[in-house]
Amino acid sequence: MVPVNTVLRRRRQELILGGALLVVLAVLPLAISSDYLRGLIVLTLLYAGLSQGWNILGGYCGQISLGHGLYFGIGAYVSTVLYVDYAIPPTLGLFAGAALAGLAALLVGWPCFRLSGHYYAIATLVMGLIALLLVNNWDFVNAARGITIPFRHQSWVALEFRFPNFPFQYVMLAYAALAWIIAWIVEGSRWGFVWRAVKDDAVAARSLGVRIFPSKMAAAAISGAVVGVGGALYAQYVGFIDPDSGLGLSLSVLIALPAVVGGVGTLWGPLLGAAVLIPVQQLSGAWLGGAGNGVDLMFYGALIVALALLRPQGLVSLFARRPAKAAEEAHAG
Amino acid sequence: MTASLVLQVAIGGLLMGLVYALVAAGLSLIFGLMDVVNFAHGQLLMLAMYAVFEFHTLLGLDPLVQLPLVAALLFVLGVAIYRGLIARALAVRFNTGMVQIFVTFGLSIFLVGFAQLVFGTDFRSVNSGLLFGRTVAIGQIVLPLPQIAAGLVCLLAFAALMLIARTEFGRALEATREDRDAVALIGIDRNRIFSLGWGIGAATVGIAGVMLASFYYISPTVGDSFALIAYVTVALGGFGSLIGALIAGLLIGLTEAMTALVIDPSLKQIGVFMIYVLVLMVRPRGLFGRL
Repeated sequence: MVPVNTVLRRRRQELILGGALLVVLAVLPLAISSDYLRGLIVLTLLYAGLSQGWNILGGYCGQISLGHGLYFGIGAYVSTVLYVDYAIPPTLGLFAGAALAGLAALLVGWPCFRLSGHYYAIATLVMGLIALLLVNNWDFVNAARGITIPFRHQSWVALEFRFPNFPFQYVMLAYAALAWIIAWIVEGSRWGFVWRAVKDDAVAARSLGVRIFPSKMAAAAISGAVVGVGGALYAQYVGFIDPDSGLGLSLSVLIALPAVVGGVGTLWGPLLGAAVLIPVQQLSGAWLGGAGNGVDLMFYGALIVALALLRPQGLVSLFARRPAKAAEEAHAG
Repeated sequence: MTASLVLQVAIGGLLMGLVYALVAAGLSLIFGLMDVVNFAHGQLLMLAMYAVFEFHTLLGLDPLVQLPLVAALLFVLGVAIYRGLIARALAVRFNTGMVQIFVTFGLSIFLVGFAQLVFGTDFRSVNSGLLFGRTVAIGQIVLPLPQIAAGLVCLLAFAALMLIARTEFGRALEATREDRDAVALIGIDRNRIFSLGWGIGAATVGIAGVMLASFYYISPTVGDSFALIAYVTVALGGFGSLIGALIAGLLIGLTEAMTALVIDPSLKQIGVFMIYVLVLMVRPRGLFGRL
């Protein structure tokens, strides 16, 4: 057992570290003049936030979802439709998107949480695909053609910018920080402890009186809502949403990967994973796969395999020597 | 909508269902044996189809003649994947379930890239051969010969798989599934059984790929939709159950064909997914699953 004081001190240190990083990341855009790099930062921060959202359900609670593209898509479509058809600015629309994404996560969780392990992963994958298929044939949201958000005027309220890469660095930084602080809060909350207990040994947790189903549902709702916000912001950033970019299976995997590579169930894992994966993915796509020749996919696939095999506990373990060792001992014992 | 049209579509759906069943059987075998879901299963199918196309174009081999050749190639590939990646993934001490998912997922991305590099992104098809373009007419029902052959061969392969399950090796499989540590005490080499399981699982999907290649387009991502149907088939039939995969495959083939006929071809998978959700609600372990 770790003394309570140590835990509290560590949590405070993490908060200070997070704040310091926030300041650094807030100054960083001022030093960057390349628009390409800005775009890279936007995407990295977006995926740091998305994956942190996934991490709440997949990491802390241990329910490996392969259907989080669904919540991203709901956030993106809800805010886009509200803006384009009803002139409600996305800064408000994203709340509606987040709420509906959280609700959808509850609806998906209701049947799927009766399953565990691979059964659960495949069920979530199928749920995502059902949504993809339906939206592909739903004329109200332009079916497979997607929705283009017309540029009207420069505005922070509508998150519309003539040159979106610079301001969106701050939008996505706020998003990643929000996701991080939510994870920090739940990590120390009663739910956080319940989720870790459910993840480690669901039977033992139940025998101690933990009500597993409601705790999983809570994790799903928070996780879905955080990812929904990311979807809304992304749609506004690129000004376009269609079923493939908003709901595809590869998106669901992309949302989960940074957390998996960085370290599941950790505060810093999703951020670290995104900081490694997104630049690698974008740069390898530009350098190796210019003609769509597939080398970039081979490289990316091999990287995922290698990282999963060589660093199963995630890249964060490279930095935190002692906690990793403690976890190792806990596993062995 | 005439009765003969409905019957024709239904038989076509069932024949496709046999192909789905065989693809799912390979997946189910591997899962039942070692609790590993192979997310690169569709890519194995895709590679088998490209092998058929290349052997056909380069050597002029008829797809049917290639059956043993491609099945053997896929067997070797399956063993290699187990030895090279899966055995390592199983030995990992952290997050074993997650590592296994993302190792096979990474492999699937790698294989799609490999196919793009080697075979290109153009859609291919095998446009000649013993079966190509022929049809069989029974009364008013007209069925293409390649589909009939695919259904029959897959059924045969399925029967062979059921027979294997009854042999000494099959019992060793069963024992390894029950308790992978205890079998070592009675002289069963776990690694060898797992390798063979992967070999056989990949070979069955190879056979399905050969038969598909004579009437289906070939592209680097052709495996995706088949793999998805295979996951649903396995979940519907019950993980690890061969007979469940067969029944579920037939059910899915039929549902898909009927949804396409009655509602809309672009929504043909909706019927399949609806059945899946229904089973999920009523019987989460699947039709024949042991949970």
